[in-house]
Amino acid sequence: MSATPTTKPVKKRKIKLDEHLLAYRGVWVFVESERGHVHPVSWELMGQGRRLADQLQVELCAVAMGAPGPELDTHCEASFHYGADRCYRVASPVLRDYRNEPYTQALTQLVNAHKPEILFLGATTLGRDLAGSVATTLKTGLTADCTELAIDPEDRCLLATRPTFGGSLLCTIATLNYRPQMATIRHRVMPMPEPQPERRGLIVDFEPGLVEESIVTKLLDFLPDALDDRQHLPYAEIVVAGGKGLGKAENFRLVWDLAGVLGAEVGATRAAIHAGWITPDRQVGQTGKTVRPALYIAAGISGAIQHRVGMEASDCIVAINSDANAPIFDFAHYALVGDCVSVLPALTKAFASYLGKPFKEAT
Amino acid sequence: MHIVVCIKQVPDSAHIRVHPVTNTIMRQGVPAIVNPYDLFAIEAALRLKDQLGGRVTVMSMGPTQAEPALRKAISLGCDEAILVTDRIFAGADTLATSYVLASAIRTLDKELPVGLVFTGKQTIDGDTAQVGPGIAKRLDMQLLTYVSRIVEVDPAQRRIVVERRAEGGVQILETAMPALITMLEGSNEIRFASTPGMFRAARATVRHWDRNAAGIEDIKLVGLKGSPTIVSRVFGPTPRAEKAKSIPFDPSDPDSSAANLLEHLLNEMPKVRKELEQRRSGTQ
Ligand SMILES: Cc1cc2nc3c(=O)[nH]c(=O)nc-3n(C[C@H](O)[C@H](O)[C@H](O)COP(=O)(O)OP(=O)(O)OC[C@H]3O[C@@H](n4cnc5c(N)ncnc54)[C@H](O)[C@@H]3O)c2cc1C
Ligand SMILES: Cc1cc2nc3c(=O)[nH]c(=O)nc-3n(C[C@H](O)[C@H](O)[C@H](O)COP(=O)(O)OP(=O)(O)OC[C@H]3O[C@@H](n4cnc5c(N)ncnc54)[C@H](O)[C@@H]3O)c2cc1C
Repeated sequence: MSATPTTKPVKKRKIKLDEHLLAYRGVWVFVESERGHVHPVSWELMGQGRRLADQLQVELCAVAMGAPGPELDTHCEASFHYGADRCYRVASPVLRDYRNEPYTQALTQLVNAHKPEILFLGATTLGRDLAGSVATTLKTGLTADCTELAIDPEDRCLLATRPTFGGSLLCTIATLNYRPQMATIRHRVMPMPEPQPERRGLIVDFEPGLVEESIVTKLLDFLPDALDDRQHLPYAEIVVAGGKGLGKAENFRLVWDLAGVLGAEVGATRAAIHAGWITPDRQVGQTGKTVRPALYIAAGISGAIQHRVGMEASDCIVAINSDANAPIFDFAHYALVGDCVSVLPALTKAFASYLGKPFKEAT
Repeated sequence: MHIVVCIKQVPDSAHIRVHPVTNTIMRQGVPAIVNPYDLFAIEAALRLKDQLGGRVTVMSMGPTQAEPALRKAISLGCDEAILVTDRIFAGADTLATSYVLASAIRTLDKELPVGLVFTGKQTIDGDTAQVGPGIAKRLDMQLLTYVSRIVEVDPAQRRIVVERRAEGGVQILETAMPALITMLEGSNEIRFASTPGMFRAARATVRHWDRNAAGIEDIKLVGLKGSPTIVSRVFGPTPRAEKAKSIPFDPSDPDSSAANLLEHLLNEMPKVRKELEQRRSGTQ
């Protein structure tokens, strides 16, 4: 979301750093991996980190933690493909599975030893657990769940932007005289950079000195989620989403029908979920999933900021709304002012005929 | 066992409006509620009390207007309420908030040792999910976030087993108390206040703790002064530079607007065209 006009005056505060904080240099991205898989948000962050590091003219460093072995080494190499110059490899058997205590200790030590000016983590359950802890042990600022990152060219400070509660507003948060500047960032908000397989970097080993006996919390078991199609929503290339404007539960069928013909995933607003028309795992937005499909069709959705932040990275947004002044028309590409209850079946029919799919006219 | 539940009073988001001209949040007349996520934390604590006995203290940092939130918690069955309140606490970010709450819990622990601290997953206003981890680290407690179920608690052995929501699955974790748990929403059915509960809540004394009572050691670490982050700008989202292309719609002929839209998509949106063509040729 670009950050140009503002009606509230910018409260420019000169941020002057203490001498010892000037030593903090470089942009870091924590590479989140669990059970052998790197969470894609880490690579999305690497893309952003690259951009900011270039602007600051500093190194981009990855932090990869886990049990020693080829898996961890692969993550280090991959971090270079996505843009890192250097990767801190923190290997210890104690770090095999994510647990707050050893990860917090290791990351705190690493930051104190190598002093980055910026540290990013994904706003996942793991990232928020770890970031909230490390910001406290380091006694520094942490901005949560950001959707936009920038550098203030005047004072090199990180400007992290996030949606604020209740209304159609965003706020930009800066960190005062504290380092590193920390932020967690939402999954799927930033584009996934193209990996460059020939890119190489420097691996730096860091010994965290952890011993299992001193870690109180033990992992007894891990029950992986059943892989059902619901997890496809964040990655879908076409999403058809419905909101309160559908009027009643039965009308949500029209959304499913169109999605069925398009081979699309179904999304919804929180209002539609609160009305009980669809299950919560379909929620798109600030407190739901973030999507960035090629095509997002929004039916009966007003376009509140909390919904917008979850879908505005879509390449093409088609909005159907009976109110010509609905906020969604401010950021949609195509506007259809009309009753979605009659527009949706017409679209289903048109797409079915284009795609050569069977389509039964509603009776 | 002594359990502490941290709750925050928040504006009811359903009633918040943004001033169309000044882009500021209009707080006047917005009802205040207990942060909805915190109700799951209260419920989890009360269930442990039902099961094991003991005492539940509910605590909030906020202005005196936050008292009703604490009374609500008492009406549900919490034994005692503490409002940590002092004008120097105003303007706190999460680092300063966790410092104050951790100090107050440490003070309370001297009255009656605390075995578990509960918080909600996050609030609906600040929405950071950072206060729970912050308190745990400051008190050097074991931290269990996003807990979906408490499997087992053994106060004698100071042992607790929980299910924790992780990315891609559920972790079963065992740890030692004292521990801090952030409770996931939907993790339990929240009870209603009973009539005696409501009477008790109306009569109960909410203890007010200022900086001294809460045992704050360094006042430079609280409120605005103790906060590393500042909100430097609040602004409305920018409309797209180009206005949305309007597809005319005639209610008596929806099919032709649908066809019109499809044509626009195929001609002007190469990525959409590619997706549709793939589906057409049956590769998807
Ligand atoms: C902390 C917080 C987090 C939130 N998180 C999310 C989130 O993750 N996701 C989310 O979606 N919301 C979220 N919300 C809620 C958000 O603020 C909005 O309330 C919500 O997105 C509105 O949903 P809606 O557009 O379906 O409903 P409404 O805002 O009620 O809009 C309905 C729209 O339908 C139109 N309409 C009515 N009849 C018709 C018709 N027949 N045909 C066509 N159009 C019609 C109306 O003109 C209107 O624009 C959050 C709110 C808060 C405070
Ligand atoms: C729009 C907005 C954005 C903000 N962004 C940031 C940010 O990015 N970084 C930052 O450091 N601060 C931020 N703040 C400030 C932050 O909201 C306050 O510090 C607040 O006191 C606590 O944070 P939270 O509401 O996010 O709570 P969370 O960390 O989301 O709350 C988790 C749990 O902690 C407990 N808890 C939280 N606050 C209290 C309390 N006062 N008393 C008792 N228990 C409590 C509750 O159980 C709650 O469920 C922001 C504030 C606003 C209004």
